[in-house]
Amino acid sequence: MAFLDRTARVILLIELVKGMTLTFRYMFKKKVTINYPFEKGPLSPRFRGEHALRRYTNGEERCIACKLCEAICPSQAITIEANPRADGSRRTTKYDIDMTKCIYCGYCQEACPVDAIVEGQNFEFSAETREELMYDKEKLLENGDRWEAALATCISLDAPYR
Amino acid sequence: MHSIMFYVFAIIAIFGSIIVITARNPVHSVLFLVLVFCNVAGLFLLLGAEFLAMILVIVYAGAVAVLFLFVIMMLNINIVPFREGFLSYLPIGGLIGMILFAELVMVAAGWVFAPNMPAGNLLATTTHGIPNTEALGQVLYTRYIYQFQTAGIALLVAMIGAILLTLRSRSGVRRQSVARQLVRTKANSLELKKVPTRGGV
Amino acid sequence: MTEANSLWPLLSTDSWANSLWPLLSIVLPIALIVGLLMLGVAYLTFFERKIIAAIQLRKGPNVVGPFGLFQPLADGLKLLLKETVIPAWANRGVFILAPLLTFTLAIMAWAVIPFDEGWVIANINVGILYLFAISSAGVYGIIMAGWASNSKYAFLGGLRSAAQMVSYEVSIGFVLVTVLMSAGTLNLSGIVNAQEKGIWYIVPHFPMFVVFFISALAETNRAPFDLPEAESELVAGYNVEYSAMTFGMFFLGEYANMILMSALGAILFLGGWLPPVNVVPFTIVPGALWFFVKIVVLLFVFLWVRATFPRYRYDQLMRLGWKIFLPISLSWVVLTAGVLVAFDFLPRG
Repeated sequence: MAFLDRTARVILLIELVKGMTLTFRYMFKKKVTINYPFEKGPLSPRFRGEHALRRYTNGEERCIACKLCEAICPSQAITIEANPRADGSRRTTKYDIDMTKCIYCGYCQEACPVDAIVEGQNFEFSAETREELMYDKEKLLENGDRWEAALATCISLDAPYR
Repeated sequence: MHSIMFYVFAIIAIFGSIIVITARNPVHSVLFLVLVFCNVAGLFLLLGAEFLAMILVIVYAGAVAVLFLFVIMMLNINIVPFREGFLSYLPIGGLIGMILFAELVMVAAGWVFAPNMPAGNLLATTTHGIPNTEALGQVLYTRYIYQFQTAGIALLVAMIGAILLTLRSRSGVRRQSVARQLVRTKANSLELKKVPTRGGV
Repeated sequence: MTEANSLWPLLSTDSWANSLWPLLSIVLPIALIVGLLMLGVAYLTFFERKIIAAIQLRKGPNVVGPFGLFQPLADGLKLLLKETVIPAWANRGVFILAPLLTFTLAIMAWAVIPFDEGWVIANINVGILYLFAISSAGVYGIIMAGWASNSKYAFLGGLRSAAQMVSYEVSIGFVLVTVLMSAGTLNLSGIVNAQEKGIWYIVPHFPMFVVFFISALAETNRAPFDLPEAESELVAGYNVEYSAMTFGMFFLGEYANMILMSALGAILFLGGWLPPVNVVPFTIVPGALWFFVKIVVLLFVFLWVRATFPRYRYDQLMRLGWKIFLPISLSWVVLTAGVLVAFDFLPRG
C-alpha cells in the first residue's frame, strides 16, 4: 500500500503541485517589503547611524576633548587634537571621523562622559566622493544642530535602560 | 524568381563547401558545413520536397553538426599540424573524389542520353498533388518497408554498439538512486539519542 | 509550396498599386508580428518581475511610470545606449553573429504560427517540422556564443546548453509525433481544425502536455532548467562576455522563444484560436484573443514554475530527459498509434 501511495505521488507529481499551490497562495499575501524612499521602517532609539557632536542648550559644545572615544574606537576612525581655549576651558581644535573606517559599533557614544559624540538616526548620508565621508568637527557640529531634537528624544527614551 | 533563388542557394552552398575544406579553423569548417546544410535544404524546398528540407535541417544541422562541433571544441585541435599529412593523403583522397565525381557524371549523363529512362520514384513523389510528407510515407511504409526496417535495425545496432563500447561499470562508485531516496522516511533513517554530558554518543 | 496568405485579402482587390501591394502585404504582417512580439517580450519581462516579486512577497518594479509600466522601456533604452564590449581574444565574427542568429531564429519561427483561422504568414504543409527545425537550429546561437567568447564559463555554459537542448528536443519531437498522428497533418492550422472537430488534445494527451511543457522549459533554458546560465556556478554561462545590445539580442531571443513555446503549446494542446465551449458568449470573442489568452496562461505557468522550483543539478536534468521523458513519450507514441489503429480513430482513414 505504501508502495502504491508513493508511486501515485511520483506519477501524479503531487509534490510539484503542492509546491505550486503554495507559491500561488503566496502571490496574494500582503507584501512584506516597503516602498523604501517613500516609506520607511521603524527605527529603535538605540539605532546607530551617522555621528553628531551635540551642544548644550546655551550653545556651548559638549565635547571636553577627553579623547576617550578616540581611545576606544576599535577601527581608529577618530582623530582628536586639543588645546585650551582663550577662556581657559579645554576644547578640541580638531575632531575628525573617517566614516569609511567607522564600523558603527557605538563605543564612542558609550565612552563619552558628556553625551557629546552620539550616533543618530540618520542612515542616508551616502556621498559621491570619498572625501565627503571624512567628517571634520564643523560637519559633526552641524549634524548635531540639525538632529538635536531627534537625538535628545532618543537619549531620553533610552536613558532608563542605561 | 525560382531560378534566382536556385542560383543564390547553389552558389552559397558551393562556396560554403569550399570553405569547409579550406578553413584553417575546424570550428569554422563545421559552421560553414551548417550553412551548406541550410542552403541544400533551400534547394530541396525549391524542388518541392519540403519534408526532406526540414528533416535535413533537423537531423543534420540540428543534431549531427552539433555533435561535430562538440567534439571539435572539446578536442581543441591545433591548426598547424592539421596540414602536415596533406600530401600523403592526397592520392587516396583524390581517388575517392574522382570516383564520386565519375558517379555524379554517370547519373547526369544517364539523364541526358536517355531522357525516357524511368527515374524511379524520384519525381513521382512530387507529382500527385498530395503533400510531400504523405507521398513519402506511402512509399516508405509499403514498397520500401524492408529497406526502411533494415536501416532502422542497422542504426539500432550501431547505437547499442556505441553504448556497449563506452559502458564500463566501476566498483566503488556511489550513484544517486532517486527511487531509494524517495523510499527513505523519517522513521527508518533518523534516530534520536540523548547524549549525556561528557559521555559521547 | 508556400501560399503566402495576406492577412487582409479584402484589400488586395484594390488596384491602387499592383506591384507595390504584394510586397506590402508580405512586409506589413511581418512588421506587425515583429512589433507585437517585441512589445510582448518587453512586457513579459515586466510581468515576470512583478509576478515573481508577488510570490516572494515583494513589490517588484513600481517606480518608472504608473505601476512601473515603463520599466521595460527604460531597460531597453539602457541596453541600447551601453557600450558593446568585445573581448580581446574573442572570435569577432562568430561572437557578433551568435546573438544575431539567436534573435533572427526566434523571430523566423513566428512565420508559421496561425493566430486565427487563416491569420498566418506562411501556411506551409510542414509547419510543425519548420518550427522543430528552427528550434534545433537555435542551439547554434548559444554554442557559437560559448565558443567565440573564449572564456571558460561561457564555453561550459554553451556546451551545457547545447547538450540540454539536443536532449529535450528528442522528447519534444515524440510529443509532436503523438499530436500530429492524432491530427493527421503537419500543418498547424490543420492541427487546430482537427481539434475543432474532435476535442482539445490536452484531454486525451494530458501526460504528453506535461512532458511538452517541462521539455519546453528545458528547451528555452528557463528555470528550473536554466543551467546554461546558472549564476551560482557559471556566472552567467554563455552570456558572460556579452554586453549592451548583443546581450539584449540573446535576451529578446530567449523571451521570444518562451512566447513561441507557449504559442506552440496552445496550438497543439489547447486548441489554438478555438473558444473553450462552442456557445454564444464564448464564440463572440475573436479567435485571436482566445489564442492570446491561452499564450498568457502558459506564460504565467512559465513564470510561476520559475518562482517555485529550485534549479536542477545537471546529471539530474539529463536523467530526466533521457531516462524518464524519452521512455514515457516513446511509449505514448506507440500507445496512441495502437489506439488510433485499433479503434479506427485514424484521421482521414
